[in-house]
Amino acid sequence: MEENPSSQGQTSRRGFLKYLLTGGLIGFAASIFYPLFSYLKPPKQTEVEVSSVLAGKITDFEPDKGKIIKFGSKPVILIRLKDKTFRAFEATCTHLACTVQFRSDLGVIWCACHNGKYDLNGRNISGPPPRPLTEYSVIQKGKEIYISKNA
Amino acid sequence: MKNLLQKFYKWVDERVEVKGLVEYMGKKYVPVHRNSIWYYFGGVSLFLFIIQVVTGILLLFYYKGSSDLAFESVKFIMSKVQFGWLVRSIHAWSANLFILSIFIHMFSVYFEKSYRYPREMTWVTGFIMFLLALFFGFSGYLLPWNELSFFATRVGSDIAGAVPIIGPPLKTFIRGGEDVTGATLSRLFGFHVALLPGIFTIILGIHLILIQRQGISEPLHMEKKKEKEKKKMPFFPNFMLRDLLLWLIVLNILAILAVYFPAELGHKADPFSSAPAGIKPEWYFLFMFQTLKYFPGHVLFIEGEVLGILLFGAAGLLWLLVPFWDRKSARGEHNRLINYLGIFAVMFIIILTILGWVS
Repeated sequence: MEENPSSQGQTSRRGFLKYLLTGGLIGFAASIFYPLFSYLKPPKQTEVEVSSVLAGKITDFEPDKGKIIKFGSKPVILIRLKDKTFRAFEATCTHLACTVQFRSDLGVIWCACHNGKYDLNGRNISGPPPRPLTEYSVIQKGKEIYISKNA
Repeated sequence: MKNLLQKFYKWVDERVEVKGLVEYMGKKYVPVHRNSIWYYFGGVSLFLFIIQVVTGILLLFYYKGSSDLAFESVKFIMSKVQFGWLVRSIHAWSANLFILSIFIHMFSVYFEKSYRYPREMTWVTGFIMFLLALFFGFSGYLLPWNELSFFATRVGSDIAGAVPIIGPPLKTFIRGGEDVTGATLSRLFGFHVALLPGIFTIILGIHLILIQRQGISEPLHMEKKKEKEKKKMPFFPNFMLRDLLLWLIVLNILAILAVYFPAELGHKADPFSSAPAGIKPEWYFLFMFQTLKYFPGHVLFIEGEVLGILLFGAAGLLWLLVPFWDRKSARGEHNRLINYLGIFAVMFIIILTILGWVS
């Protein structure tokens, strides 16, 4: 028996070593790649959830003009119409996320990237945008203008 | 799987004829003798350089190279990014081991006289990489923008400024102005992540091609033996597998050091605060720093510090040019003087480093 070990005993020993080595190698690779991929994942920044922001004094906004307002980390476009009423929309184009602008000459909200157009209700009327812009509500408190999310 | 690989190899070989190159590389042998262990330190240095490149790129994803943001971004890496502390600690430890490994590699080559004809160019490229590694260390040290690094950079660049003639413009060049400011940070950041890695990679390439082309150096006593009596092992796969095993061990040492002794951050640099007590340069500059302390204010008509810098410069030049003035080794004769000089250099570096450490 000792002089001639059974071939089965040899294969199982070989197999065991194979598993041990392969397992060790996988474990080693995992112990390198797990930290590496975790590192690459950007850590969550504490972002304050914004529900309304102060846009400015009413006198800051001229009629027939638009202005981009910082709403948390997103841009919002605040437009004062010719009749001096306010409208606010999310300023991120629904097509490929450029920031839109108000064109008083055309009377539309226009995206410069691919000539997308929205009317003053935020509806996509021409060009590639697939969806209307989300509307925000504008609240006037005394002489100050606030923008807030539509609940 | 194996079949697929073979097919791919054939596909590539058909187009660019790699067969000859592979055969050529397969003929590389490593001499086996009692000092063979020293052959491993070149490979270890290479491995640590690769670690530096990888962890350096990872750090670049979050690091911000400006005096307003540098400290905060490193703090962010250390506290907010998952395993950020590990990546930075490995980068810091690997930098130190890299320089240590280069020192060992350089001295082992020196004592074996492997720089002798026909390997002068390998020695010179290695020496240039040694200087680059020191500058890597110097420039990287400032990047966290903490108190220690700020004042160390001030002192270091000031010493560079004491060199006659080229010193003052060199100092202004390193600092990007009269003083260490945000401009210095931007500059050293540029050196550390773009200029130095670029130059280093090119010279490393030349260094490795030379070794591949000339084969690994045999010690003098072996050179005279008959070809049949020489013991050697093939580089592929025998030596390479041993190399890889050692790399694995080095990686584990790095992990242990990084986990138990993570890199510190300290306080943010404030140009208008006093230097903290016990400020010291990194250990690999310590022996030079300490030596300069022993020079008197004035030696004859020359400033003591300037004389010290000039002497170090002369010693460095002598070291760089050793393959060209050590004629005896080039002829295959033993040169005792080289050994004595080498032992003196090693003792000098060790003793002054210790003196600098305890003072």
